[in-house]
Amino acid sequence: MSTSDVELPPKGGFSFDLCRRNEMLSKKGANPPSFRKTGTTIVGLIFQDGVILGADTRATAGSIVCDKNCEKIHYMAPNIYCCGAGTAADTEAVTDMVNSQLQLHRYHTGRESRVVTALTLLKSHLFKYQGHVQAALVLGGVDVTGPHLHTIYPHGSTDTLPFATMGSGSLAAMAVFESKYREGLTKEEGINLVCEAICAGIFNDLGSGSNVDLCVITKGHKEYLRNYQVPNHRAHISSKGFTFPKKTEVLLTKITPLDEKVEVIEAGDAMEE
Amino acid sequence: MASKQPDALLGPESDSQRTQYPYVTGTSVVAIKYKDGILMASDMGGSYGSTLRYKSVERIKPIGKHSLLGASGEISDFQEILRYLDELILYDNMWDDGNSLGPKEVHNYLTRIMYNRRNKFNPLWNSLVLGGVKNGQKYLGTVSMIGVNFEDNHVASGFGNHLARPILRQEWHENLSFEDGVRLLEKCMLVLLYRDRSAINKFQIAKITDEGVTIHQPYSLKTNWEFSAFQNPSQGAVGTW
Repeated sequence: MSTSDVELPPKGGFSFDLCRRNEMLSKKGANPPSFRKTGTTIVGLIFQDGVILGADTRATAGSIVCDKNCEKIHYMAPNIYCCGAGTAADTEAVTDMVNSQLQLHRYHTGRESRVVTALTLLKSHLFKYQGHVQAALVLGGVDVTGPHLHTIYPHGSTDTLPFATMGSGSLAAMAVFESKYREGLTKEEGINLVCEAICAGIFNDLGSGSNVDLCVITKGHKEYLRNYQVPNHRAHISSKGFTFPKKTEVLLTKITPLDEKVEVIEAGDAMEE
Repeated sequence: MASKQPDALLGPESDSQRTQYPYVTGTSVVAIKYKDGILMASDMGGSYGSTLRYKSVERIKPIGKHSLLGASGEISDFQEILRYLDELILYDNMWDDGNSLGPKEVHNYLTRIMYNRRNKFNPLWNSLVLGGVKNGQKYLGTVSMIGVNFEDNHVASGFGNHLARPILRQEWHENLSFEDGVRLLEKCMLVLLYRDRSAINKFQIAKITDEGVTIHQPYSLKTNWEFSAFQNPSQGAVGTW
């Protein structure tokens, strides 16, 4: 009969159905909650043997630090890692999803994953959702074609760069990179430079803080250095600990045993028909 | 008809609008204290929106005998501030009493002007950097367009706050020599040139010591675009964008 009776399955991707209504509401003054950056400094750089990724460890909800030591460097493949900035749920979900897709792809092809595969999967997904999946990522890895470093923006655009920074602390970190980066850094120099950049973000940006996480990826080998630097440890811990001044006095003890009301049906599978 | 909010508080002046937007703007100014005095650097660009309209704007000017003023933001407001300061210095000279206004006094005067204009909802759209030396005492301070003022060993305005101050916090130390100070400022200006869209490659460095003011000739910095990753960014995946 009429085509409106047939319910089509959702085709996936962003649905524009409510856009006109949202625009009308905005004009009347009812604005949606604005984009909330969760505050981060994430960086990546290419050194002579591969890629180094770095991140701070502070997660914020508004102006409260909700996690002092979270993990922002996500595993994608044995040779590919991804740092995520923006809405934490979005970065976790999208990297998790592409991680699974890459694993299936590895089983299918029998080969090591390539960084451009992860890049294309991520950018296509983010573009499909028109920027509403608020994940800004720094993707780095070493595959058969060499070391690669990419940045992916929430709307789906990507850049291929020798050094990259994202997040609210990206300007402070980029200042360090722009003044000190050069080609052909050794592993120690690269690690030091990444630490410096993350520390610049930690100490100059309010949205970033706590510790420095690193991940060094070279051909056939990776090092995930969790809490490589802890510049914000708890410095003043009382050696005495805390003791309550006096023990609570017991004035009265009354024990009420609970009656058994549950009947256990023994023998026979009640489910089998 | 455009929606006009009823300005009951303003009375008969409710037809005049006080909100402003800057038209011709200058970008960051960076300044540091060094061994002999103050070093200040800025580029020479005046942008008209997104066009780089003027490329020889001097945004650092000497004030009296003891101070240097650098400004970012609306250029016409900067010129107005210079006229106010001119009048201030003139009246000071007319006393002819052997004393002259130092940087601390000028900074205070500017703070009062900026704050009072902001209170009347008619701000001077500038971020000012004021540095100077008087009787061996170095002074470096800043005033924003809403009247926020403070002094520090290194200050910056605009984008310089995000890009230059992290570098300065790490690398500034007491008693920098002139060469080290200039090198540090050039480091900051280079990062600003790379990462601030309204910066141009034409800088002026100004120096003030007990001997006096020197504003050097404009010059440009050498930039490096030769990273191998820039040569062929799509070599890993031909046809990518």
